[in-house]
Amino acid sequence: MNRLIKSSILLWASIFISLVSAEITIYEFDDPELELRFNNLSQELRCPKCQNNNLADSDAPLAVDLKDIVYEKMNQGQSDEQIVGFLKERYGDFITYRPPVKPSTWLIWFGPFVLLLGGFVIILRFVSNRKESTIVKAEVAETSSADLISQWAEEAESEVDSIRDSENQKN
Amino acid sequence: MSESGQDNSSQNKSDQNRQLLFLLPLLLFVAMAVLLATGLGKDPTELDSQLIGKSIPGFQKTLLFSPNKTISEKELQGPALINVFASWCPACYTEHPYLMQLAQSKAVKIYGLNYKDKRDKGQKFVNDLGNPYDLILFDDNGRLGIDMGVYGAPETFVINSDNQIVYRHVGIVNLDVWQNILRPRMFANQEGSASKSTGQAAK
Repeated sequence: MNRLIKSSILLWASIFISLVSAEITIYEFDDPELELRFNNLSQELRCPKCQNNNLADSDAPLAVDLKDIVYEKMNQGQSDEQIVGFLKERYGDFITYRPPVKPSTWLIWFGPFVLLLGGFVIILRFVSNRKESTIVKAEVAETSSADLISQWAEEAESEVDSIRDSENQKN
Repeated sequence: MSESGQDNSSQNKSDQNRQLLFLLPLLLFVAMAVLLATGLGKDPTELDSQLIGKSIPGFQKTLLFSPNKTISEKELQGPALINVFASWCPACYTEHPYLMQLAQSKAVKIYGLNYKDKRDKGQKFVNDLGNPYDLILFDDNGRLGIDMGVYGAPETFVINSDNQIVYRHVGIVNLDVWQNILRPRMFANQEGSASKSTGQAAK
């Protein structure tokens, strides 16, 4: 009995899930490769109405229309470039999340690498400066301590000499 | 004596370099602030139209009030406005009284594009609020809208006397928008051919 209830719940749940998923996947493909291309493209294209959504995630009427167009054109055998070109003619570079490389987008394409390179240069210069300065300091210290020792030795000797002289004079 | 003098000057120089190094973050900050500040005033939901300077896209569409009559882009003649509206668009109700005023003043021809609407609802909208349009295209599937880069309603396109799209306004049209934005652009090419060529060069 218990098993019967469990299995009927499972059955109803699976029917419900299949109904829900049927509502979401409207686009059917015979060719799995086409389906993959469609999924990739609709994730890379941006919905002009709901600006931070891609077409795949958006249910806005315009996004649905644009997905229909992508689906149609793909089944007509058009390439991804042709389809993106068609949409760019109407909605501009905005339509894609992958901006083209041109002077006005150089900053976003190359800026991070320039900053990274700049950081490396600054670190390299910092490290080499530090090495040089420690070496110089060490040399200065060595010579001065050697000098000091010999100086002290001379002073000590002359002091010993003077003490001996004074003792000799007393005697 | 002379050696220590040299040491001092080189030390001054490295101090200067160090000062410049401390200034670098400040300079970077100022540059970033300027860059970001220029973007602050802009409305990110307002996209530039890709059709500026191009002709009206080709189409075959029925009229809202005569489902059996199909017309093409050749039957439109600028200077005119093409107003994209729909019964589902709240801002279109706000905009409509001014379009009525504008049409009554006979200052400009207005074409309507009933965008992604049900035919009966579109007809009701115009019947209830009045008809400022010379003719109304019925774009039930929204494909003409997509060809024109429409991404919402209301939008208003300015067509010059050569049937070229010269401007696209996103949002409602009112007296201020008409006088300061739409009208100057619509008649820009009628203020002499010299200003036309410079105007196009500036774009």
